[in-house]
Amino acid sequence: MDKFFRWLTGNKQTTTTTPAQDVANTAPLSEQQIQAIVSNQNPRFDLQQLISSCGQSVGKQRELNEDSLLAMTATMAGNSGNLPFGLYIVADGMGGHQFGEVASNAAIRTVAGYVLRKFHPYLFHIKSDTMDESFQEIMQAAVSEAQRAIQREAPGSGTTLTAALVVGQQITVAHVGDSRAYFIYPDGRVEPITRDHSLVKRLEELGHITPDEAVNYPHRNVLYRALGQGEILDPDIFTLGFPQPGYLMICSDGLWGVLTEQDLVRSINEAPNLQRACQNLVNAANSAGGPDNISVILVQLIG
Amino acid sequence: MGSVYRARDMHFPNVTKLVAVKEMINTAPDPLVRETIVQNFEREANMLATLHHPSIPRIYDYFTMESRSYLVLEFIHGKDMEAIINETNSFLPENQVLTWAVELCDVLDYLHKHKPDPIIFRDMKPSNVMINQNGDIILVDFGIAKTFQSGIKGTMIGTEGYSPPEQYRGEATPSADIYALGATLHHALTRRDPRLEPPFSFSERPLRRINANISNEMEAVVNMALEYNPESRFRSAVDMKQALTTVARKTGALIHSAPLTGPMNASGIKPLWSFKCEDEIRGTPVIFQGLLYIGSYDNNLYGLNAADGKFQWKYPTDGGVVTRPAVFDGNVYFGSEDKRLHVVSARTGKVIWTYYTNGPIRSSPRIAEGHVFFGSDDNYIHAVNLNTGRMAWRFETADYVRSTPFVARDLVYTGCESGDYYAVDFRGDLKWRFHAKRSITSSTVGTEQALYFASMDSTLYALDPRNGWVLWRFRLGKASISTPCIMDDMIFVGASDGFIYAVETRSAKEIWRFRTEHQVNSSPVVYKDSLYCGSVDGNLYCLEYRTGRLRWKFGTGGAITGTPLVYDDIVYVGSSDHQIYALLA
Repeated sequence: MDKFFRWLTGNKQTTTTTPAQDVANTAPLSEQQIQAIVSNQNPRFDLQQLISSCGQSVGKQRELNEDSLLAMTATMAGNSGNLPFGLYIVADGMGGHQFGEVASNAAIRTVAGYVLRKFHPYLFHIKSDTMDESFQEIMQAAVSEAQRAIQREAPGSGTTLTAALVVGQQITVAHVGDSRAYFIYPDGRVEPITRDHSLVKRLEELGHITPDEAVNYPHRNVLYRALGQGEILDPDIFTLGFPQPGYLMICSDGLWGVLTEQDLVRSINEAPNLQRACQNLVNAANSAGGPDNISVILVQLIG
Repeated sequence: MGSVYRARDMHFPNVTKLVAVKEMINTAPDPLVRETIVQNFEREANMLATLHHPSIPRIYDYFTMESRSYLVLEFIHGKDMEAIINETNSFLPENQVLTWAVELCDVLDYLHKHKPDPIIFRDMKPSNVMINQNGDIILVDFGIAKTFQSGIKGTMIGTEGYSPPEQYRGEATPSADIYALGATLHHALTRRDPRLEPPFSFSERPLRRINANISNEMEAVVNMALEYNPESRFRSAVDMKQALTTVARKTGALIHSAPLTGPMNASGIKPLWSFKCEDEIRGTPVIFQGLLYIGSYDNNLYGLNAADGKFQWKYPTDGGVVTRPAVFDGNVYFGSEDKRLHVVSARTGKVIWTYYTNGPIRSSPRIAEGHVFFGSDDNYIHAVNLNTGRMAWRFETADYVRSTPFVARDLVYTGCESGDYYAVDFRGDLKWRFHAKRSITSSTVGTEQALYFASMDSTLYALDPRNGWVLWRFRLGKASISTPCIMDDMIFVGASDGFIYAVETRSAKEIWRFRTEHQVNSSPVVYKDSLYCGSVDGNLYCLEYRTGRLRWKFGTGGAITGTPLVYDDIVYVGSSDHQIYALLA
């Protein structure tokens, strides 16, 4: 909770930890006051719905944008109530000379096309029976189709892919590479829900390098698994409940590679709405040097 | 995108000369991409043209026509190693793999000594190794033998699972091929595909733990080839070949009579007590205030002292009792095949009230919110008021209801024998329904996130409790009526293929499976570090629940179909040998 005040007041960590300043005439906010501030920031409706926003930038050092992004928010209208529906994808194409933008574009188009074809009858017609396939099977098939599309359209190229399908309160994620999805809670906790398929992360997991060494590792951007590469692709696919209250954030390494968790939380908490929060995040990444393309999506389930 | 054709060379019309024609279809719409692909293809052709070795296919020609490029190569009668691994049902003999390994070292040595520059194969894996009619190996697919560029994302080349760590950094040395050869041998000897495992995790899967028939010496060679640091591996393919031939000499034409690692003193376990009924026990016991309650096919419900198994009372019904009793407010609730729900005093076994349905009751009662919920073979889910013993409502289903209702968030969830699955609110109105392909006898376990149950359609389902959408499906080997059990982020369930499965709840990935000798209709339970589950083979199994490793098993004289109960470090389980056993957990 201590951290939370720091973000609220915008104070640096060092100032609050010195005991001398504790004698100042300030009282900590009560739990209710904090709740009031939090709830003031967030719109509330009695029906559950998704809201989302996104931001992109080519960054300060690249000439070409090889990231691709899709954010789609809708409601599935049914006889037994309306169900929030969303599809959010970030893909980061690899290497300039190998047509990364072709790969990331193909990935987004194919995955979104496949998933939406599956949900088309439920979004635009009344279908009473539940779907035969599971969310995870649909995402798995969508990724396999994208893999084939990339090998057809730009053989040899590759891309990361982090896609989140939201139906009701369930998020089903398909993930390959080193773009990331996070849960960010209003109390300042930042929980990465994906695992990077990068060499540096794997070495860290194996204990060959420490997390500190990982930050400055020379081959930080080498992936061992990417969409379009290899014959067998084994994406990470899993289902989680939507954080309530909280945010789902998906971003490319152009964002998470330069911002700390505190930067992320500050950018979001200082913004009056999701649009500004995305703008803040992109600006912060550019201020930190903007070494790579930046893509970010923020999603909230409210009500 | 490419295919390989078997073709006949018509330059030699009088003899049948077969060649392999490797076709590459260039589907890329972007002209720059297309050009790169053609260049790669021609590089492979040029490289092959400079090589002469019995384990490398000869190249006869290459050409490009519109969007297709072709290589004409020596035809190899044979199969690739991956196909051989997959087609064999058991482990490949060590000697067989050893012979291949020696030949692979030979051809790697030839490539590494190539002048002016050494050639690094970079893509050693079973599917790139052909075994010809003579049993000799041929290395195929030189497609990715190209120079690396480091630093930029996109330098990832090689096959995940077989490539050494430094290859991802863009370093290509002979040592990388030695690692990949080690990975290939590991795959061939263990049948575990490294592409399906985390990268660089071979040390977590020691050869001899998976295949006890492998010699210590062979394991040592493979381990050395798979060393994380290139400096710790064999210095050259020649060195590795030497080590392999030493192994061959030592182990000779060895025939391993591997000691069968039997389960730990299965016979050594003595029950604390046992109690014999007059017919089979197929149900599950429950404990309340020191008394254990269990139904039997001799039509009775028994009240026994949980500490020593002493008989306290029995209550006779007019049908077999397979349901798990529920205890609430000093009363025991249970259904019987005599079509009635019986409510008796937990202390004395005297009847309080009974409730009639129009069919045998095989679904266990669930008590919540002042009501008892259960299904019946009369095709209804019944909700009965605990105080009055009267029906609050009943909900008609498509078939017999034998699974136990699960109650959460003001909804009652139950499957039925038609494969339909219902979520009914407390007024008895349908909220949503789901349909499995075959009957759902298994009962539901649920969390905030999902409902889990198995079906006779050989699937373990995870549904969204709020709307019935399917989150994931996990394919079991056969039909299942076993009720799953959840611990941490794992879910456990038995199936009639004889396996007990452990599956990750978020990703539906299998963590382990354990084979019993017969169907597993019993439902697993987890207590402390152990999982307990019965099997129709008559054994109660105690497994380490994280790994699925056997701790002990206890044999009874008949099939175990009920769920064990673990309470206060004691496991209670009934068997169709008419007995209920109490064992130390």
